[in-house]
Amino acid sequence: MRLGWIDYTVMLLYFVFVLGIGWVLRRFVRSSEDFFLSGRSIPAWIAGLAFISANLGAQEVIGMGASGAKYGMMTSHFYWVGAIPAMVFVGIFMMPFYYGSRARSVPEYLKLRFDEKTRGFNAMTFAVMTVFSSGISMYAFAKLLELLLGWNFHASVLLSAVIVLGYIFLGGLTSAIYNEVLQFFLIVLGFLPLVLLGLKDVGGWAGLTAKLTTVATNAGYPAGAWSESWRHLDSAAANPMGVEWFSMVMGLGFVLSFGYWCTDFLVVQRAMAADSMAAARRTPLLAAFPKMLFPFLVILPGMLAIALHVTRGTFLPLMSDGTPNYNLAVPVMLGHYLPSGLLGLGLTALMASFMSGMAGNVTAFNTVWTYDIYQSYLRPGQSDAHYLRMGQAATVFGIILSGAAAYATTRFNNIMDMLQLVFAFVNAPLFATFLLGMFWRRTTGHGAFFGLLTGTLAAAIQHGLTLPHGATPGLKGGFLGAVVHTYPSEMAQNFWSAIFAWTACFTTTIVISLLTQRTKSDADLTGLVYSLTPRQTDRGLPWYKAPVTLGIIALGLTLVLNVIFW
Amino acid sequence: MNLDLRLPIGLLFTIYGALFIVFGLTSDNAIYARSLGINVNLWWGLVLLVFGMTMLAFSLRSKRQGVPNPSSTDSTSTP
Repeated sequence: MRLGWIDYTVMLLYFVFVLGIGWVLRRFVRSSEDFFLSGRSIPAWIAGLAFISANLGAQEVIGMGASGAKYGMMTSHFYWVGAIPAMVFVGIFMMPFYYGSRARSVPEYLKLRFDEKTRGFNAMTFAVMTVFSSGISMYAFAKLLELLLGWNFHASVLLSAVIVLGYIFLGGLTSAIYNEVLQFFLIVLGFLPLVLLGLKDVGGWAGLTAKLTTVATNAGYPAGAWSESWRHLDSAAANPMGVEWFSMVMGLGFVLSFGYWCTDFLVVQRAMAADSMAAARRTPLLAAFPKMLFPFLVILPGMLAIALHVTRGTFLPLMSDGTPNYNLAVPVMLGHYLPSGLLGLGLTALMASFMSGMAGNVTAFNTVWTYDIYQSYLRPGQSDAHYLRMGQAATVFGIILSGAAAYATTRFNNIMDMLQLVFAFVNAPLFATFLLGMFWRRTTGHGAFFGLLTGTLAAAIQHGLTLPHGATPGLKGGFLGAVVHTYPSEMAQNFWSAIFAWTACFTTTIVISLLTQRTKSDADLTGLVYSLTPRQTDRGLPWYKAPVTLGIIALGLTLVLNVIFW
Repeated sequence: MNLDLRLPIGLLFTIYGALFIVFGLTSDNAIYARSLGINVNLWWGLVLLVFGMTMLAFSLRSKRQGVPNPSSTDSTSTP
């Protein structure tokens, strides 16, 4: 696609604003707490929008669009079964411990609740994961610009690195959060015209479902497989995702989504930066409302693209094996519908999503690196100014490492599947650890640590012994030599890996906890465990500020959405 | 925090809105073939302008209520 002067102006203005926000905020960074936790001064609405925007990276915009094309309306389960219930849970039940304990990071909570080795394990794996995720964003950003605009790959990597580095280095987490909110509005306002034009073109929702019926029957599935979310979940063979309702609800909904939204420091950090306990609890709850509408913004373009692709004969570019390149669903839609002007806005929104994804990971990385690795193991007892400088240095090498990861990211067809794989190994067991740690005071440090190890190992073994249908042994599974089970799809394999990991961690943690001595007394655990912490009361708060009320409304609306698109 | 976030958001989208409206009014209609014949730059520019000016209005109003500000420039930029 060709850009005009107006498109470049739109992009340039955006770059000026993100760097400008960092520049203005730089004078508020005086201590390490300012740099890593915004001095705990962020209002709930800003923290809430940043909470979803930090997650709005490449995996969301490109990945959800790709999944929308590949799997249709069932992709909405990532939101309406996965994200929303998990966000309500973290706001109501978990935030009192995160915020109330004054822990500065999720690994630090583990140190307070359990012991040093559990924190160390979580900090190391998390640091690797953030660098990897940030690298994926960077890679996707550069690859896309190369493909769409013919920009040099290396120049694009450098461009995204310099801009993200610039605004985080200057203003720390506050700058990242402020820019995430700006990016949130840009993404919504940049993609909305695309969705509206696409829907108008295919004849509205009715026209889209009619075309999706053709998509489904052509592929040998029941007529509504692409436009209905629940009806085809009774057997894995009846839907393109290749999963049945149990692995969907347990694997994606309970294990993966709760694991991600409740324990991933990348998002939890945004709530920890809130200005009060009440604001911290409201952060994920306020975020749930725009989040439940996101399927219409990020999944619908993919569904529109596949509908046009199948009914018009050609729309999406083909891969070498003749299947459509799903990852290009959203970019192709942008180029197809938006004229010069709005095209610049759409591309800027796309760039914003990549940058918010990168920045979210980099800010989480520099905090965990500085507090949980450097201050804990390498150089304890230094001045606060020393750790502030370390945080700034960690921002620089975090971005350099992301660049290295970006060059290593070329193997999977669907970015989402690859991220799910990483989450399954590391994040899935983690939620069992937090659940037991927060709600059962008998859980011990040894129990938590060996539970986590067993869970991660269980995921790796399950992955190594199984294969998705049609894949060859290697990164996609079967690397342990024997293949004992073949799943209908990669998605099913990942969901089941998560279920195995969670169950292994849950049971091992209980068994080892019962076999080992408690090292923390009830007094040590006050503020860290549910039964030993004074209840948060919502009394005196107006209904729109009360966490439980907001949570119930969010769940009710999500239920309605599930029923409408059943 | 001393920076009201609504200010930069309002500013950016007001500029975008104005830019798209001007571009929409002056651009050749042939480029709108792909957007189903609709001058989306003009219409979406209006949406962006309204959003941006609303954000600016909120920001300036809370500034006027919070900190006494002797300058009278804020009343001229509210829509």
